[in-house]
Formats: sequence, structure tokens, C-alpha cells
Amino acid sequence: MSDAIVDGWCARIRDCAAREAPVAIVGGGSKAFYGHRVDGETLDTREHAGIVDYEPTELVVTARAGTPLADLETALAAERQMLAFEPPHFAEGATLGGTVAAGLSGPRRPYSGAVRDLVLGIRVIDGHGRHLAFGGRVMKNVAGFDVSRLMTGAQGTLGVITEVSLKCLPRPAAETTRVFECPADDAIRRVNEWSGHPLPLSATCYVDGRLAVRLSGAAPAVEAAARKLGGDAMPDADTFWRSVRDHAHRFFERGSGEVLWRLSVKSTAPFTDFDGVQLVEWGGALRWVRGASPALDAARLRAFAASHGGHATLFRGGNGRDGIFHPLAPAVMTLHRSLKEAFDPVRVLNRGRMYAGF
Amino acid sequence: MLDPTVHRSLAAVLPAASLLTAPEDTKPYECDGLTLYRERPAAVVLPDTEAQVVDVLKLCHLARVPVVARGAGTSLSGGALPNAQGVVLSLAKFRRILSIDPLARTAVVQPGVRNLAISEAAAAFGLYYAPDPSSQIACSIGGNVAENAGGVHCLKYGLTVHNVRKLRAVLIDGEIVELGGDALDSAGYDLLALITGSEGLLAVITEITVKLLPKPQCARVALAAFDDLEKAGAAVGAVIAAGIIPAGLEMMDQPATRAVEDFVHADYPLDAAAVLLVESDGVNEEVAAEMDEIKRVLTESGATSIRVSKDEAQRLLFWSGRKAAFPAVGRISPDYYCIDGTIPRRALPRVLSAIEAWSVEYGLRCANVFHAGDGNLHPLILFDANVEGESAKAVAFGDRILGLCIEVGGTVTGEHGVGVEKLKTMCEQFGTEELAAFLRIKGAFDPQGLLNPGKAVPTLARCAEFGRMRVHAGELRHPDIPRF
Ligand SMILES: Cc1cc2nc3c(=O)[nH]c(=O)nc-3n(C[C@H](O)[C@H](O)[C@H](O)COP(=O)(O)OP(=O)(O)OC[C@H]3O[C@@H](n4cnc5c(N)ncnc54)[C@H](O)[C@@H]3O)c2cc1C
Repeated sequence: MSDAIVDGWCARIRDCAAREAPVAIVGGGSKAFYGHRVDGETLDTREHAGIVDYEPTELVVTARAGTPLADLETALAAERQMLAFEPPHFAEGATLGGTVAAGLSGPRRPYSGAVRDLVLGIRVIDGHGRHLAFGGRVMKNVAGFDVSRLMTGAQGTLGVITEVSLKCLPRPAAETTRVFECPADDAIRRVNEWSGHPLPLSATCYVDGRLAVRLSGAAPAVEAAARKLGGDAMPDADTFWRSVRDHAHRFFERGSGEVLWRLSVKSTAPFTDFDGVQLVEWGGALRWVRGASPALDAARLRAFAASHGGHATLFRGGNGRDGIFHPLAPAVMTLHRSLKEAFDPVRVLNRGRMYAGF
Repeated sequence: MLDPTVHRSLAAVLPAASLLTAPEDTKPYECDGLTLYRERPAAVVLPDTEAQVVDVLKLCHLARVPVVARGAGTSLSGGALPNAQGVVLSLAKFRRILSIDPLARTAVVQPGVRNLAISEAAAAFGLYYAPDPSSQIACSIGGNVAENAGGVHCLKYGLTVHNVRKLRAVLIDGEIVELGGDALDSAGYDLLALITGSEGLLAVITEITVKLLPKPQCARVALAAFDDLEKAGAAVGAVIAAGIIPAGLEMMDQPATRAVEDFVHADYPLDAAAVLLVESDGVNEEVAAEMDEIKRVLTESGATSIRVSKDEAQRLLFWSGRKAAFPAVGRISPDYYCIDGTIPRRALPRVLSAIEAWSVEYGLRCANVFHAGDGNLHPLILFDANVEGESAKAVAFGDRILGLCIEVGGTVTGEHGVGVEKLKTMCEQFGTEELAAFLRIKGAFDPQGLLNPGKAVPTLARCAEFGRMRVHAGELRHPDIPRF
């Protein structure tokens, strides 16, 4: 049944490649706003859903791309496990395939790893309609180039993800969130200092003049760390972290004409006011900047991110005239084009989603 | 023999002492840690600046001369085996730790820096570099990146790929690229991950930014004995089912414990069929709570004795046995062959009993050390290369173990890489389409195939020669692809 679905997709892609007709890969549509608009015939991954294999003691789950992220999380929670990269859903209906293709991770990322850190194996259909399997269902595997991670975050431009194997981790026994009032630069300095100490940190967020720090682990360890850090307990912290993860927090409400930038930078980069408001996550390494579109100058944001070892993405809103993703160095761009050529020479898959041509 | 024009042009860009061609000078480079394979290179170059690396690569690119990058030469898969017509590009002179940023917890290092030297330098700031291959006193960080090396702590702290932020690398045409960044992700495809573990086939790495972690406040290890291998294997699953991710979770069988006990006197129980080392690290409260839980689970799983390290000295003593497993086995046998496969842990009993049976069949002893937490097996096959036919038997035995790893849903290499050693088993693990995709990736970086040719990814023709083309449902896929 499911094999028939994949066979059908392979045939469709072969046919599209023959006609040079682009294909737009769609899951739950929860991340449709992210990246450039793709034109083409829709390939809906949701019909290929379900967990293929889940053995909690192996810490590995394998599921089809169209599996709703929420279903997968529920299955893991029943075994007191989780996807440790705390995947953003952004909207209802997010699928596993879309999550891996987008390559985005949530608040726990600096401490437990990104989606690319937890991907163990992947199956994809390339631009010739060939169904390929890379990596596997075991924790350590260095056989062949790491195509699983190459596909993660490639936004469907190198292949249609059909199945993913992920490492899962036990849910922490205890979790608590402490809140501190402080200026932004102080918050950034503090979280960097704390990160250099053996503390069970699992998320940080600075917004509205307040720094929230989540601690996770064995109950005595979490309590000891909370005593050490001080601050006030945050009530209903789960709701708060979920709202940060999914951009449901008030900070992310855009007024008309406003855009949201994502600045991924060195964690110690100074706090800089860009004529917008800011929310700082990931121990200082992720900065969301919201503001009116002309005032937030793309060139200035990109220059700041680049000078602090990172990159800037126009995450939501705007017309994408200056591009959405950070420009790549020419030699790196050449490698990207060669890799696109290697997997999808006719450029049928999600053409133009990331950069011109792919 | 190096083409005289190539020799002249290399001599023009390198100091005389950095270009070796005399047989007595190139001999030390003829093999890496896998001594079963040897080849004398046409030349060895030892640049000490990135500009020289660029020059060497440009020259070799122009003259179509193969280039094999080399770190410390400890690869166990023949990854650094020279090419007879080619140049070995040693990064041995790139030995500087360029900077450590204690607040951002990163270090920028040159590729020839030894793995352990990073942690030693970071210790002043209460930080360390987590991946700790057993070869860490010798192997280079560049080699670690090229092999995506693991260590005994990678179940909790990840492999090299999880601990590297940024790379500078030189492509075969001399172009310099920077991949990754100082941030936690970067724009575009994840080329950082693609280069990691690429065994020197895609680029030569010239600078690495690694992530450093705060040293745990406390670490303790439990040494548990079992009278049955299978029980020990089940105990590993039980620890994880209890929601614990130990900092290290290692298993050794009796032949292995006996060998190390004679060598380092780590105080291992010699009558046990298997021992487990289970480490917990973190803040004091966490370790105390976790160790109680570990002891409970191990007891319930039938451990015949459990000792928990009382202090740092005893912790290091318990680990010394595991860390010395390879040299210890080297003492009891003229040669040994280290196999490196990963399996789903539930397949452990089946795989171990097969290894035991084959050990009898081939008449070769075998000691098992095992990164049990992540299913990474290291059977050490003991043999004597001076006995006619024993090397071949050891290789055949090893291939059979790897074949079984594939059969139970695992992989032919967990951390040592494919090199030249596992080309044959790669043909079994992957279908022709996947192998072709790997070759296209190689072509995207290095169209002429000059960087470390003949390693890591077998050509389809090679697979056909091996007679190892993976056959699906009794049919050869793509009979149209030329095989010779
Ligand atoms: C006793 C012993 C124990 C070991 N234990 C472990 C272990 O626990 N875990 C583990 O993972 N491995 C282990 N190994 C294997 C080996 O140490 C690792 O693979 C290590 O990463 C190799 O590093 P090296 O510097 O010696 O690289 P080399 O052997 O010199 O080279 C290995 C590969 O990397 C490439 N390479 C090297 N430097 C560069 C560069 N700068 N740019 C591009 N390519 C490069 C080479 O071309 C080659 O393909 C062990 C080896 C021994 C001998």
C-alpha cells in the first residue's frame, strides 16, 4: 500500500522530469511561509504516513514523511521519550517530512542538538524519480557520505523525503523555569557564562526585559541548579516554551507591514538594536528581530550576522526582493549548484525555494 | 615515481625539507593503522601554511596527480593509505591551537592538533572537547573530522559531527571554502555535515572550530560483572529503558577483560563472562541519583557484582582497561584485526554467538569490546601475519561479521570509516543507485577524482569485480550499467 504510494510518486517525478515540469512538495503546509514561493504541481506527502518502527530501548524511531509531527510526539511521549530538538510546529498539521526538510529546531537545540544532529537515516526520491536510502536505523554509522544530513534543511530541493529515522531521547524527569529581570546585554552575558558551567540548562529566552531559563534533568539536579541561579519561578512554563517554539508568543504577532528576521549568530554577539523589537533564544545564538519592513534594513542585518559568524533570514513577511536566505560565498554557491545537479539535474524539485534555480 | 615536472613545481612552492621522495623518507607513510595494506607514495609533502596547501592542490589538479591527505595515520580502515602514483599531503605541521574563546566555548585549531591536546588546552577554562576516541593521544582533529570519529562518551555527547562548528577547507582546484559558522546553523545545505566523515575525498581541511563543553562537576563509573553475555546485553537495554543516557556504556567479553587485566591491572573480575562499564556524569546531585538508578537496574538485570568508583583515581583505573583494550590485545597476539560494525542492540545475542561460532570455524581467537550504548561492535580478531593464510582468514572472518551487521539492520562501519577496507562490504550495504549517488557527490566536489581515489565509495565496476553487487529479489538491478 505505502510502497505503492512511493512507487506512484517515483513515476510522477520521472514523468515531470521528462516534461521539465516543476513539482512543489507539500506536507501540512505549516511552514509554507518559509522560503521562496515554489510553483509547480503539488506532491502532497500526507498520504504516506505512519510509524514504521519504534523500539524505545534502541532510542530510534522510523516514520514515513507524511506522519503528523503531533502523532509522532504522542507515540514517543507514551514511552517517556521525545524528539530532543523540540521541533517547531508553527501550525497544526506539521509533518515529519516537512520538519526535517525545513531543518528548523526549537528552544532545546543548543543543549540537545538540532534536527540534523538527531537524523540517523533517510529515504528520498531524487529528481530522476529514484527512491534511495541513506544512513540507517543505528546510532553510529559512517558508511558513505552523510546524505541524511545533506537532505535535512535542503527544503526538498535535493529530494522528496519519504521516510526518516531519528534518534530519540528520554524525557527529563523534572523541568523548571526561572525568570530574571535584566537588560538585554546582561542577559546575553549571563546565559553565556552559565553555559560554561555544568548546569542542566535546556532553553533560554529573553523577551520584554525578562530572561527565562529552563532547567531539565533529574529532580535533585534541577532543584540544586534553580537554587544556584536564583530568579523567580515561572508558572505554566510549558505553555510559554511552546509559544516561543511555535511563534504563538505575543512577540511574534506582526503588525501590518512588519517583517520577522531570524539572525543566527555567535552566542556572544553583542546585543544590537535594529529599530525593531527582539527576542533572544539559544543561549544568545538566535535572535528574532521584528519591525517595520523599510526600517529593518536587510543589508544592515546581514552585515551584522555575517560579522558575528552567522547568517540572517527574512523569516516572515516582506517581498523577498533582497532574497530570503543569506547570500552564499561564490565557491560555496558553486558547490550547491553542483549538488543540485547531482540529485536533480532537471531541477524539478521545489525549484527556487532556497536560492535562484534551486 | 613522481613526474619530474611535477617534482620541480612542487619543489618551487615548498621548502626542501617539506618535500620527500626518497624511499627511506616515504616509507614511514606507506600505511596507516591498518597495516594489512601498504603502498609507497610517489612523494610526501608537509606544507606548513594554508597557502602551500593551496599551491600543492592546484599543481596536482593541473597535473592530474592523486592527493591523499594524512593526519596522524591512525586510521583503522586504510583511509590514509597512499596512492602509488600520488602525493601524500601530511597535515602534521598544522599543530597550532589558534584561539580558545571561553565565553563562547569554542576553540579554533589547525587540523594536525592532537585530539587530546584540545581538551588539555581548554582545561584551564574548565572546558573540554567531548569526542574521545581511544586513539586520542595520537590522532589528529583533522583526521577525526574526516572520519567522523567517535569515542566512549559519544552516546551522550555525540560524534565529531555534533561537536564541530566550522571548517575551512581547500577544494582540489585550490579554492578555499568556509563551511558552518560560529552560529548554531548556517545558510544553505549542510556541507559541514557532508564534509565530516568524507574521508578526505571531498576537500582538505585546514582549520576547524570545535565546540567545547563545561567539564562535568562529577563523574562516576560502575563496573558490573555478568556470568552471561546475553544478560549483560539485556542490562544495556534495561538501563536505557529506565530513561538513563549514561555518559559511557561499554561492554567487554572475557577474552578482552583477561587481556587487559594482564596488561594494566584495572581490577576487573576475571571470572565474569562480560563486564559493563556504566558512567554517569553531571552535577553532584544528578550523578548521585542516576548512579542509584543504574545500580538498581544492573542488579535487577542479574549483575553478579557491581563496584562504583569511589574517587577519580579509581574511575580512571576502571576506564584504563577499556582504553587499553587494543594494545592489550596486541600483546597477546602478533597481529589483530579490529572490526567496526554497528547493530541494533537487540541483535547483540545473535551476532555474538555467530562470532563465537566463526572463531572456532576459522581457528582464530576473538576478543570483543563494544560501545554497547550505541550498538557499535569492535570484535578484535587475533592472528599471526607470518603464518601462511592467517591474514586472509582474518579478513574473511571480519567480512562475515560485517555481512551479519548488514543483515540485522546495521552498518559496516560505526566510526572507523570505509577506507579501502570496507569497499567490498559497501557493495553489500548499499544498492547501486545509492553508490551512484555517492559517486555523483564526489564528482560535484572533485570531478577528476583526484582526492583520495579508490577509497570510501566503491565504483560499480569494483563491486562487480568483488562479485558483491547487491542483488534485489534475485535480480540484478540495472543490468545496463557497465560493470567492468
Ligand atoms: C589504537 C586505536 C584506537 C582507536 N580508537 C578509535 C575510537 O575509539 N574511535 C574512533 O572513531 N576511531 C578510533 N581509531 C581510529 C582513528 O584513530 C580515527 O579514525 C582517527 O580519526 C584518525 O585520525 P588521524 O589523524 O590518525 O587520521 P589519518 O589516519 O591520518 O587519516 C584518516 C583519514 O582522514 C583523512 N584526513 C586526515 N586529515 C585530513 C585533513 N586535514 N583533511 C582531509 N582529510 C583528512 C585521510 O585522508 C584519511 O582518509 C583508533 C585507532 C587506533 C590505532
